[in-house]
Amino acid sequence: MSINRIRSAVALGASVALLAACGGGADGTDDASAGGEAGGDVTLTWWHNGNNDPLLSYWQGVADDFEAENEGVTIEVEAIQNEDLRTRLQVALQSNDPPDVLPQWGGGELADQVEAGALMDLSDRIPEAIESLGGSVGGWQSEGATYGLPYSLGVGGFWYNTALFEQAGITEAPETWEDLFAAVEALKAIDVAPIAVGAGDAWPAAWHYYYTATRVCSPETLETAQLELDFSDPCFIEAGELVQELVEAEPFNEGFLATPAQQGATSSAGLLANGLAGMELMGHWNPSVMADLTTSGEGLGEDLGWFPFPEVEGGEGNASAMGGGDGFSCAADAPDVCADFLAFIVNEDNQSAFGATGAGLPTLPAATSAVEDPNMQTLLAARDEAEYVQLYLDVTYGPNVGGALNDEVALMFAGQSGPQDVVDAMTTAAGTQ
Amino acid sequence: MVRDPDGRAQAWPSGPARSGRRPMSNEWRKRLEILVLVVPAVALFSLFALVPMGQAIYYSLFNWNGLGPVDDFIGVGNYQQALGDAVFRGAILNNFIIVVLSLAVQLPLGLGIALLLNRPLRGRTVLRTMIFVPYVLAEVIAGVIWLLMLQPRGVVDSLLAGAGLDWARQVWLGDQDIALYTLFVVLTWKYVGFAIILFLAGLQGVPQELNEAAALDGASWWQIQRNVTIPLLGPTIRIWAFLSMIGALQLFDMVWILTGGGPGNATQTMATYLIQQGFDRGRLGYGTAAAVILFVISLVVALLYQRFVLSVDNTEDSSPKKRKAVR
Repeated sequence: MSINRIRSAVALGASVALLAACGGGADGTDDASAGGEAGGDVTLTWWHNGNNDPLLSYWQGVADDFEAENEGVTIEVEAIQNEDLRTRLQVALQSNDPPDVLPQWGGGELADQVEAGALMDLSDRIPEAIESLGGSVGGWQSEGATYGLPYSLGVGGFWYNTALFEQAGITEAPETWEDLFAAVEALKAIDVAPIAVGAGDAWPAAWHYYYTATRVCSPETLETAQLELDFSDPCFIEAGELVQELVEAEPFNEGFLATPAQQGATSSAGLLANGLAGMELMGHWNPSVMADLTTSGEGLGEDLGWFPFPEVEGGEGNASAMGGGDGFSCAADAPDVCADFLAFIVNEDNQSAFGATGAGLPTLPAATSAVEDPNMQTLLAARDEAEYVQLYLDVTYGPNVGGALNDEVALMFAGQSGPQDVVDAMTTAAGTQ
Repeated sequence: MVRDPDGRAQAWPSGPARSGRRPMSNEWRKRLEILVLVVPAVALFSLFALVPMGQAIYYSLFNWNGLGPVDDFIGVGNYQQALGDAVFRGAILNNFIIVVLSLAVQLPLGLGIALLLNRPLRGRTVLRTMIFVPYVLAEVIAGVIWLLMLQPRGVVDSLLAGAGLDWARQVWLGDQDIALYTLFVVLTWKYVGFAIILFLAGLQGVPQELNEAAALDGASWWQIQRNVTIPLLGPTIRIWAFLSMIGALQLFDMVWILTGGGPGNATQTMATYLIQQGFDRGRLGYGTAAAVILFVISLVVALLYQRFVLSVDNTEDSSPKKRKAVR
């Protein structure tokens, strides 16, 4: 009996200690952060998706410089692979525990986060920095207030292997929808997967729909669609029909339904980078992703080319472009210095240095001349010459409607869905907003 | 556990027993002990099991994106939508296909290997270890290894080509018609070791004398297994089947790594579906509704199994327990 009693006393003591430890831990962190705000030492936690060089070292340098200029500020940098980052960020926001500096892609997602009170309003804190970026900030604003700063704004298009195109006898980059199909046939003839697509991640497949929609629909239709989530315009069906036509031509890599976009050498970016596919419809970040998926660490190097999404006959958006950018926001409860850090990221020195990495397209007009990479210069021209730049559709429509769009187009790639289903899926999802 | 009232009646004697001083203090001490021993467990169970379940049911009644306040009450709307969604129904079907396949394939396979490994055999320990290794590997690591091997032009394809079986090459994870079965093969590789270890443990409880007696009576090895060993292994097999079914219903990790529910939802399970809807689509309310459906299905399966299958073992078990209580 006495042994039992001792045991129960120990058990009781242990559970009390456990509870005390839980309580104590929470108190401890509160004290630390409160002290940080008031006194000298502040710690900023920062998540970004530049987990490969050149961005990995570039961002580390930015953090180091900021720490050097601002005594008492420590930045805890965490570089996380893009897909993993998005999952973690969702969870962190939902559990009300986001990092101080968080990646921000703008659009509907930003609007959701603003509505939930998760983001810091930057409008009055760093007005000069916001001003300096001009119209690029638009996607990072909600109801007139700015909640994030983009450091890179690019447009998507086809990245292609110039050597393989040459080998297949394609002399000029495709300009029209018909040219694209001709190129597909020519690449098939030399036994190369014409188009790599990471349909396993859904969004890369859906990109083909985004672009046909941007070509077919007029800018006005697209603007109405994003404001009212109304997809009744027939151009949304037409866009689906074009995608279906493309899918039926079977231009994609083997097993594309399970292929990821960016992870590993067998991902769609990896296939292009290793000379196993002719082209891939992807964003401006692709060269840096591809570089890390080759053993040389250089991707296709000189053989990499870029052309905008082909024009379609009678399309009302042939002069439009679609793109998106990367930016950062501050969490609502981040230390004040967070806003200064965002401004620091987009100052001229840093934007020029960023342009020189070739990993993106600086948003600060004064810094665009620093872009040396010829492909990036082409992209920059496409961005600045477009009559209308649509933000990527899934970003614009937010995770719910955008996610429904992505999944339904992926099903279309799998032969399980059609143009009308895509529109229906978006409309249904919009009904649950 | 349910049968404990017999035991408790003993611990809390009613009225008359209270007369003496000693029994009284004894009784209080026992109450205190029960309190002290039970409270932490009950508190933890409530905190980490009951409360989250209650919260899940609550959230599932709202249209909620996980960020804002929970205020858009829609009743059973989420449930109606989930049960009306062909993708979710397909996911439930996939779960049950895995349940049936697991029982139909892993049971004979696991039992057969366990019976063989139970015989005196050279290198038996090494063989047992080898078979158990996949189960010891972390699910994610095993998943990534298979993911790499099953890529187009990957190890599996090269091996097939090397063996002159070029015609058998498939897009293992990218073909909607075979991805679920590819997944099942990987799951079997991973989990058959667990079945074998359980069965081997059960076999240690089968008295050697019975085998010897049967052998003396002229029974062949096969007859002994069929009529003596396997029936005595019954309780172990039933428990394994239970664990296997629940595991198959809640299947998530391996699917998430190998296919993420694709291609074209061919390997979607209830768990992958609810994660995709809840987190990727930012529909936490809807995702929790799917989670509650998964919970109810698992619970019903578990209760039915308890009632109709495991009850055989319970009645056998309960007699010694009762005897103990009487003593």
